[in-house]
Amino acid sequence: MAQQGGSSSSGGSRILSGGSINVSPMKPLASLKVLVVDDEPMIRTIHKAQLVRAGINDVEVAANGKDAVDLHVNGATFDLILMDLHMPIMDGCQATKKLRAMGVKSSIVGVTSSGGAEKTAFLASGLDDCVSKPFVLQQIAHYLKVPRSPTNPPKYHNP
Amino acid sequence: MLVGFGAERLGADMNRLLALLFHQGVLDEQFLQLQQLEDETSPNFVSEVVSIFFHESEKLLTSLRSLLMMVEGDHDQDHEGGLEYGKIGVHLNQFMGSSSSIGAKRVRNVCLAFRAASDHHNRHGCLRALEQLEHEYCYLKNKLHEFFQLEQQKVLAAGVRYPMNHYNNNININS
Repeated sequence: MAQQGGSSSSGGSRILSGGSINVSPMKPLASLKVLVVDDEPMIRTIHKAQLVRAGINDVEVAANGKDAVDLHVNGATFDLILMDLHMPIMDGCQATKKLRAMGVKSSIVGVTSSGGAEKTAFLASGLDDCVSKPFVLQQIAHYLKVPRSPTNPPKYHNP
Repeated sequence: MLVGFGAERLGADMNRLLALLFHQGVLDEQFLQLQQLEDETSPNFVSEVVSIFFHESEKLLTSLRSLLMMVEGDHDQDHEGGLEYGKIGVHLNQFMGSSSSIGAKRVRNVCLAFRAASDHHNRHGCLRALEQLEHEYCYLKNKLHEFFQLEQQKVLAAGVRYPMNHYNNNININS
């Protein structure tokens, strides 16, 4: 559910103070930058292949939340971050909170086998959405193809 | 004769094996999704991904058995026992994610049951689930090895097809 009006520190909302909406123009798939964050090499391989097959050439990977945060500290930016939950060193929840606290506005979609309270907590950390592992591209198509507009704001799940 | 028919026969064997694995519930459509990610630039994508799955799974199975050996008795409520069950849960989440990602449906389902037993600190239930998981994993591994062996044989058979057919067409040795 998108938040309307006022400013928000949550990463899921793109509403600026004064009620205007920050619209990001749609980019062609080939120019999108995506970050896949997962501690399992196999999952990173599959997700990267799915994205490349969809036409996204710039796919980076990180093996844990800390590496993902460090990429951003070093100046990297991404259009979409696919974030696993359970990872060593820094998990997906902590990484998402950290990225949002740093002011990262990228779409962050959680990808996890977990459900229930764990998933709810993950969503509340600042995700735009959360999909089950393995995901199909249609589940994240919104964040790859559809422009952010007043009629189609990004989703943000309140706990 | 062998060459032209060999690749086709092997292809049919592969399809039969896959159909069997789908019918048995060993694999689900996620395996087909993986196959669709294969192309000329990554012709061995599925076998490479499955190899990683095997490597990681065997580490997980070893860890799960070690952790269960450290837990004493059912409904272990002491701090150390709780920690071990916590680690078991983490490993199972990982196993569930990886098995789902390659379409290993029965392995994933056993992981679910295993996790339920672990959540209740049910050591006997966990031991039974671990045995079942090891059994399902071994079956899956054997069948997928068989599948990839057929695939390799098919590639080899198809690879010598053109020269043989060209030769046959020229001198008409087929009777």
